[in-house]
Amino acid sequence: MKRLWRFPGGLRLPGSKDLSTGGAIAPLAAPARVYLPLRQHAGAAAKPVVQAGDRVVRGQLVAAPSAFVSAAVHASVSGRVVEISDHAIPHPAGIMEPCVVIEAEPGRAGDATPSLGPVPAAGDMEALRERIRAAGIVGLGGAVFPSAAKLKPSRPIDTLVVNGVECEPYITCDDALMRERPEAVIHGSLVLMGMVEAGRCVVAVEDNKPQAAARLREALKAVVAGGRQDAGTLEVVEVPTRFPAGGEKQLVRTLTGREVPRGGLPYEVGVVCINVGTAAAVAAAVREGRPLTSRVVTVTGPGIRRPGNFEVALGTPVADLIEAAGGTTAEEVELIMGGPMMGRRLESDRTMVVKATNCILVTPVRTERSEPVMPCIRCGACAEVCPINLLPQQLYWHARGRSFDKLEPYGLADCIECGCCAVVCPSRIPLVDFYRFAKSEIADQERKRRSAEESRARTNARNARIEQQKREQEARKAARKAARRKPKADKAEAPEGEKQAPQDGEARRAVGGAS
Amino acid sequence: MRAGQGLDVAQGGAPFIPPAKRVRRIMTLVLVALAPGILAYTVLFGWGPLVNITLATASALGFEALMLRIRRRPLGPFLADGSAVVTAVLLALCLPPLAPWWLPVLGSFIAIVGAKQLYGGLGYNPFNPAMAGYAVLLIAFPLELSTWTLPLALQQAPADLAATIAYSLGGAGTGGLDAMTAATPLDRLRTGVGLGEAMTEIRAAPVFGILAGRGWEWVNLAFLGGGVLLVLMRVISWHIPVAVVGSLALISGIAFFLGPNHYPGPLFHLLGGATMLGAFFIATDPVTAATTPSGKLVYGAGIGVLIYAIRAWGGYPDGVAFAVLLMGLTVPLLDTYLRPRIFGARRPRVRDGS
Repeated sequence: MKRLWRFPGGLRLPGSKDLSTGGAIAPLAAPARVYLPLRQHAGAAAKPVVQAGDRVVRGQLVAAPSAFVSAAVHASVSGRVVEISDHAIPHPAGIMEPCVVIEAEPGRAGDATPSLGPVPAAGDMEALRERIRAAGIVGLGGAVFPSAAKLKPSRPIDTLVVNGVECEPYITCDDALMRERPEAVIHGSLVLMGMVEAGRCVVAVEDNKPQAAARLREALKAVVAGGRQDAGTLEVVEVPTRFPAGGEKQLVRTLTGREVPRGGLPYEVGVVCINVGTAAAVAAAVREGRPLTSRVVTVTGPGIRRPGNFEVALGTPVADLIEAAGGTTAEEVELIMGGPMMGRRLESDRTMVVKATNCILVTPVRTERSEPVMPCIRCGACAEVCPINLLPQQLYWHARGRSFDKLEPYGLADCIECGCCAVVCPSRIPLVDFYRFAKSEIADQERKRRSAEESRARTNARNARIEQQKREQEARKAARKAARRKPKADKAEAPEGEKQAPQDGEARRAVGGAS
Repeated sequence: MRAGQGLDVAQGGAPFIPPAKRVRRIMTLVLVALAPGILAYTVLFGWGPLVNITLATASALGFEALMLRIRRRPLGPFLADGSAVVTAVLLALCLPPLAPWWLPVLGSFIAIVGAKQLYGGLGYNPFNPAMAGYAVLLIAFPLELSTWTLPLALQQAPADLAATIAYSLGGAGTGGLDAMTAATPLDRLRTGVGLGEAMTEIRAAPVFGILAGRGWEWVNLAFLGGGVLLVLMRVISWHIPVAVVGSLALISGIAFFLGPNHYPGPLFHLLGGATMLGAFFIATDPVTAATTPSGKLVYGAGIGVLIYAIRAWGGYPDGVAFAVLLMGLTVPLLDTYLRPRIFGARRPRVRDGS
């Protein structure tokens, strides 16, 4: 029996997972149009490599990574690129970002997934990393950090953690994936374990998903029987069901007893953490040459008629997905992308499924008036459940009072916005809203401070240049005076004006450039 | 959502799960947990506590409503939150069983108007309202506040409900009051120690029972039971009660060990006076107590030490109220400096996980 550690705080929440685990993963028919945002990942937006009017096939690269932390985007359907234009991305503020819009032409010849090329050799780390980068794979657990950038840790790694915890209520896409495609998870994990040169690999599953754990163990046994010796160092571990057990820091703590340092990443304590969906995508890219063009999405909640899991082409409008799930049960519903604890409210169903979309939670709009927010009674229930050991009521106090400087020592930046504090607050204070507000205000102030600093630096540099120029001019004047006083024999030199003119011109250009 | 149209969504972000606890539920559970103690108090000391509770509660709600009206705050949610009732009951339980009506009413006024609403109402009061009310009464009316009735078992003609109410409202039946009142065990102890009596002598007085003061020991045990229930139901955390009881037991234990003939044992302190009521119900008032785990331990331990100090060397019937108020002064300091270690703040020993 593997020893497990306990992370601070956390909550037992009603899972509500049965709602969507009834059937198998249903492939969703290709939508009429897909909207592929150029930035579905953390980091820089991808650069389009197609133009309006181009014919593309599913799996074809439409936008290439533009930086080290960036990710490729591939056509998720075969068809014609209609335009590259701004559309509402899944963001609570309804932000518009450039998307490659493809109109599907289902009957078209060549509707096949193009291969990314021959399978790289198992030991060729650079080729494997390049393959993962070319496949557009990002962390599918929600952080959407480009995976290739994560697979070159600057410190030795001893443990690869494959995260199948899925601790948010309602969401079951990882559960479905582990139950139906366990061998993909295992194979992907083995590839990744080799790449980070970890001595062992732990696939973690919350103990409310015994089927998923059992299927993974069966698949693992088959792989070991098939002669993969490295598979012996891989184990499937069930962790206690306690939200947010699937948070990266919490999971690393649970499995290894190590604490990821404040503001740090798991590799700093010798761990790389990868979501099970990401591992399966890695297996598809490495073994079959398939880029990331679809993902499993849970559509669930009391507001949807036929909840379930769907294999959805990236860029599919949310409205298509809701229709496929039988439509909504009420005229007016709220749409949440992600789970009820950490998800984001969607402005509209006209936004699309992106790489980060694990769940669309549909709830009927509540008609009864919610209870009023009461003052904080300092009961400390929030602090008891905080998985980071913060003092949420103190953070609330300072955020509300806008004393942002006090928030730093109280660890606002460490807050993972898991929502536990708000769920237990007897005064029903929307605590996390205050933290998000304070974080964005602080980021705003920081931006302003930095731009003020930059412009001050520019002004100083400009003043220095002008000063320098003045000094030079005076020096030249003095030199001319001195020259005039010199004996007449020296006059044979070239006229001074000709010499000076280009210098002045240069100086002027420099000043102009800086202002 | 209407088909094909955008959504009308309410403000506010995740989490979207409605909170389960309510302030009202917490206050209700506190009142339920107080019930065994109130019952024991009534059974052993007569109807007085119930009359006091009724008067204090009614007047506290009245003052709360009045202040909310003046402050233009909504009456409904703030009257229903139960905090005024808890304050009133705690205050009433600190008063002598037979008290004139104006004591609980005036106490409620000081607690609700002076200590709570003038500071901004629920959540904003720096001092425990019930204890502030009690402390002001104690200083203003020391005689009335230290005239305690004997346990019923020691009274010759216990007052029935009608007589208790009559006494409360009109001071009627005061002729018999002298026969009903006597020094409390804590007072008797202080006087005895002052006169140089031996502990065995003091303990032989009729006001003493098996473990501590006669009657008081059972009232304290009942409050202890209710308090443990609150801890088990996670309405309060264990830190403060354990620290209060622990430090009081430790310091009285040391004194007893050094001079068993001059100091009563720890049990006398733990089950005497308002120790258990204070440890589980008064010191744990969330608004005025320390909030961090280590802060709570220091806060509770400080209260325990102060209770002992006031009982041993002070001039008041009991030390709970002043101990709680004094430690209340330290709360901002405790909250600022005794914060839990933020996850990942200092790297713990890296151990192998397998």
